[in-house]
Amino acid sequence: MPIVINSLEYQLPADPRVSLLDFIRDHTGLPGTKKGCDHGQCGACTVILDGVRINSCLTLAVMHDNCDVITIEGIGSAEQPSALQQAFVKHDGFQCGYCTPGQICSATAMLAEIAEGWPSDATQDIGTRPSLSDEEIRERMSGNLCRCGAYPNIVAAIREVADAGQ
Amino acid sequence: MKNFEYAGADTVERATMLCAENGTKAIAGGTNLIDLMKLQVETPARLVDLNSIDDRRIEEEEGGLRIGALASNTAVAVDQRIRSDYPVLAKAILAGATQQLRNKASVGGNLGQRTRCFYFTNIDQPCNKRDPGSGCGALTGVARIHAILGASRHCIATYPGDMAVAMAALDAQVELSGLANKSRMVAVRDFHRCPGYTPELDNILEPGELVVAVHLPAPVGGTQLYRKVRERSSYAFALCSVAAIVDVKRGKIARADLAFGSIAPKPWVDQRLTQLLVGEKPNMALFEKAADILVDGARGVGDNDYKIPLVRRTLIATLCEATEI
Amino acid sequence: MTAHMKHDQPDERNVLDHMAQGIIGKSLDRPEGLLKVSGTATYAAEYVIDGCLEGVIVTSTCARGKVTSIDKQSVMSMPGVVDVINEPRMIARPAQGTANEAPEHKVGEIHYWGQPVALVVAETIEQARDAAKNLVIEYAPALAEFNPEDVVPEPQPDGTNEGDLNQAMEGADQCVDLTFTTEGHASAAMEPHAAIAQWDGKMLTVHASLQMLNYNIAELADALKLKQSQIRLISRYVGGGFGSKLGISEEVVAASVAAMVLDRPVRVVMSRQQVFQTIMRRSETRQRVRLSAKADGTFTGIGHEAVVSNLPGEEFAEPVTQSTDFLYAGDNRIMQIAVARIHRMTAGSVRAPGEAVGMPALEAAIDELAEKLGIDPIELRLRNLPDKHPVEGTPYSSRKLAECLTQGAKSFGWKKGKRTPRSRREGEWWIGTGVASAARVHNVGEAKARVTLRDDGTALVETDMTDIGTGTYAILGQIAGEMLGLNPDAVDVQLGDTKHPRGPGSGGSWGAASIGSAVFLACEAIRKELAGRAKVKAEKLTLKDGQIGTGKFSLPLTELIGGKSISVIGHYEPGAVEKNFVASGYGAFFAEVAVNHWTGETRVRRMTGAFGFGRVLNAKTARSQCIGGMVWCIGSALTEALHFDPNDGHLVNCDLAEYHVPVHRDIPDLDVIMVEERDPVASLIQAKGIGELGMCGGAGAIANAIYNACGARMHAFPMTPDKVLSAMPD
Repeated sequence: MPIVINSLEYQLPADPRVSLLDFIRDHTGLPGTKKGCDHGQCGACTVILDGVRINSCLTLAVMHDNCDVITIEGIGSAEQPSALQQAFVKHDGFQCGYCTPGQICSATAMLAEIAEGWPSDATQDIGTRPSLSDEEIRERMSGNLCRCGAYPNIVAAIREVADAGQ
Repeated sequence: MKNFEYAGADTVERATMLCAENGTKAIAGGTNLIDLMKLQVETPARLVDLNSIDDRRIEEEEGGLRIGALASNTAVAVDQRIRSDYPVLAKAILAGATQQLRNKASVGGNLGQRTRCFYFTNIDQPCNKRDPGSGCGALTGVARIHAILGASRHCIATYPGDMAVAMAALDAQVELSGLANKSRMVAVRDFHRCPGYTPELDNILEPGELVVAVHLPAPVGGTQLYRKVRERSSYAFALCSVAAIVDVKRGKIARADLAFGSIAPKPWVDQRLTQLLVGEKPNMALFEKAADILVDGARGVGDNDYKIPLVRRTLIATLCEATEI
Repeated sequence: MTAHMKHDQPDERNVLDHMAQGIIGKSLDRPEGLLKVSGTATYAAEYVIDGCLEGVIVTSTCARGKVTSIDKQSVMSMPGVVDVINEPRMIARPAQGTANEAPEHKVGEIHYWGQPVALVVAETIEQARDAAKNLVIEYAPALAEFNPEDVVPEPQPDGTNEGDLNQAMEGADQCVDLTFTTEGHASAAMEPHAAIAQWDGKMLTVHASLQMLNYNIAELADALKLKQSQIRLISRYVGGGFGSKLGISEEVVAASVAAMVLDRPVRVVMSRQQVFQTIMRRSETRQRVRLSAKADGTFTGIGHEAVVSNLPGEEFAEPVTQSTDFLYAGDNRIMQIAVARIHRMTAGSVRAPGEAVGMPALEAAIDELAEKLGIDPIELRLRNLPDKHPVEGTPYSSRKLAECLTQGAKSFGWKKGKRTPRSRREGEWWIGTGVASAARVHNVGEAKARVTLRDDGTALVETDMTDIGTGTYAILGQIAGEMLGLNPDAVDVQLGDTKHPRGPGSGGSWGAASIGSAVFLACEAIRKELAGRAKVKAEKLTLKDGQIGTGKFSLPLTELIGGKSISVIGHYEPGAVEKNFVASGYGAFFAEVAVNHWTGETRVRRMTGAFGFGRVLNAKTARSQCIGGMVWCIGSALTEALHFDPNDGHLVNCDLAEYHVPVHRDIPDLDVIMVEERDPVASLIQAKGIGELGMCGGAGAIANAIYNACGARMHAFPMTPDKVLSAMPD
């Protein structure tokens, strides 16, 4: 069975060493997913796999037979951006733009996790539903490094979308 | 990455059979193994993908909870029973890594997480754990993150994880399955090992043996804390950590189960602390004494000397918080 | 047509203020924003080129010596391997910023651990990576010094020694004599260094991630012994630079050599570890700061001496004392930098070279002096702002330091009066505040840009200038739009391609002022041409929304263009104002921190930065530059440090797990105040640089806040929990 990326099917690679990240970037013509460290230390490669966000650099393409992947290109396009993508532009939630697809994939999944009631390290009482405080957003987004230092703007962009959705 | 043969296994029996063969490694989440394979620290000839094995459930069982080894770290941390009855475990998992990593990382794999020692992860450096007999680069090198307890002159690497520290405090049991369906139970506290003369062995797993589940004992209540000291406020390995389950009844400490992370080659448990604390009225002098006992055998190599006062203070802070003094 | 100006006189006209479009300075979105958020902005490694091979750099495992043999056969039989390349055209270290020539060091001679020695080329990246790990190389190692403390540093020739500082210290009512240390830093741009080279036998085309194509083309030509006309460099999007991509680096040359040798396109992307190991580091520093003052706070002396390190033969020395030179008064002055020659990777420019580490030390020392004097630290700074350069006597071009200190203090809620450590505690946390000045010298570089007013009434701006996240696409559209009366979306800005006129490159915070001036000059000339066609004086022209007005009539711009597009190359050249004035950006930082009593962990709870940097070209991107700098302040204050092995000199923490750049949770909301001004010396658009100012001193504010919180005087950066605990009183 193939792997499904942004609703299109692709055959898995013959070489088992191909990471899911390299597969997405080099084998499917979808370079929007970025490689910043290749070791799960920066989050630039974040994609949404079967509904949850992961680091695509730390897994093998061959392990994802019949899996469903959403990359930044599947979240929205320049012509039809998602609400988060628009908010990132409005709040200048990036500078060089290299971590940005990972930030947006991560934030997209993160809002769903909060809606599900998943706790985080910033949750005061993990027995209860987490709030949507800035501290919660920051902790949950900490797996996405931004060396340009756009963090406060990213939080502002996410907050705008989260507040509009509530 | 060295090339390898990729194989799947849909039963534990099949997986153990394959994994018993030389050069074979099991892969679940892969968040640690792929990292190390890219560095060629790990060079398996064959990878056995365990993800088709249907054991990622978290189920109630007599006297506790059974967590399938393939359950993701996230699945454990968000489980309502764990959040209510074993909060120290949920907190420890949430203090580790990032949501992306926790979503992939499995419970079994996390127990087997390898050290972050800089010399272990650099194949151009000596490391007895990676390459027995090659020496220990950290002993005379940069050792900020290294062990102050339980190390040997052959290896001063730490076990870097958070989850297992909480499991050690909870005195959870690891269910192992070996060849021919031979299974056994080992306490998490006994699962990892100190290096001695054989630092290449991180834990007590026999060839082919796999972690199939973790069993949590019946809930014990009390105040459950996981305090992780780190340089960054998130996404950083601990300088030291403390998992604490403390219960005060009628003004006296009724339970004090403690485990420490990132100060030793394994989640560190010192029963003398429990013995000292239980039955006593919580007070600062008592906590100071406990902290002294914890570090009385601790030794740094220079760079990591700071961990001795740091873990001492962190323990005192944790006990103060747990007992509200 | 070329419009050239050498900046010999201050430009007081403030032309941009008299234009009609009203977009200059406005908080506009980046024009490339939607491409970046949708993953369709294409970075260097992402161009799809048929038949492209993959190259992986192999690095040395000793710090000094010679490569005696490379056993190509050890990998040639591995699947997919095409070649192993180690020829003398390859470079062994990156070029320093603005070098304009290739580094002379070649791959066979080893000068630092992790130095590139060869390139393995294979059909796929998986094959190349594996083969690179397996290539057998023999070395003849030589003895080397790794530790700057072990060698006698060489004093740099251009120090300052005025009056008698020792005597001033002895005669002072109060003085401080302090030693600070800072650890090495990495730029750690998110996009690893990458290049794809194509060679057609005559022409080399390279997609690369570079900051300064105008210099890089000369550097690459020099390395390859090609003419510049045989090379085209393209860097349309650069995933961060921070100094690490100023000069050509090893992967650009390696990919080019391989493409020429193999006659096939070759891509070389560095691993994150290689970026750490082979690209520029910021030197660690040891700084002695001496301040002497009268009881009223007047400085009588100021000394700032620093030991930094670099490889033998490298000219660059972290200019630690750069702003101390002109910032504060004091007749008796010593500024001196000395370089320890050691075998670690090349030291070079990392965001705000000099001030990034020099200012925090100076500003922490001032805090200690203020305490001794019993004077509010803001007041002490205000009392010591000289009227002119304390030694040269040259005037300041403009200086909003006092305004930044006072406006920032107001916004932050700074409480004047006696400051006693450990005055505020919340649970386990000590809370405290601190202040520091910011200063960063202003630079400009020669710049050319072509502006074409097309017959459809839109404009095209072309230059090989880059946008490394700084907002060049946005601000050039705004400058041209303001001058030509066009909305920014009617201005097409094309950057990062050496087929365009040479810009200044992005670096040293000089990009916006320099290339902005070139675009300005071109637009001025276009206005003149339009005025000529309309038969009015240029001053009488009003250009707005694609309409041209002369006071007498108004008509669409397209009618006046009449099918005859106007194309002008603006050419800006730095001139005499550079030496006749002291030009610098200024600012002030205010930080509130919480320090954990038990663990020494420090968290910044809020931070205010007030900055004066001339004209604000785009309030949104300028603010982003400021907050980015403040994030770097927090990183250098609390977490960032390169650790080197004492035995073989290798960089130990060569990845993003162990080199701790700040994460989201480390960064609170950041308050930025932009104190607008017009600087007629800084550029023809009255703007100064802003890319680095935001990180020049903030770590000092955090150090001062830590002291105010918990009583730990910090003299070693980064201020990690272990150091805070050891300095904290019981």
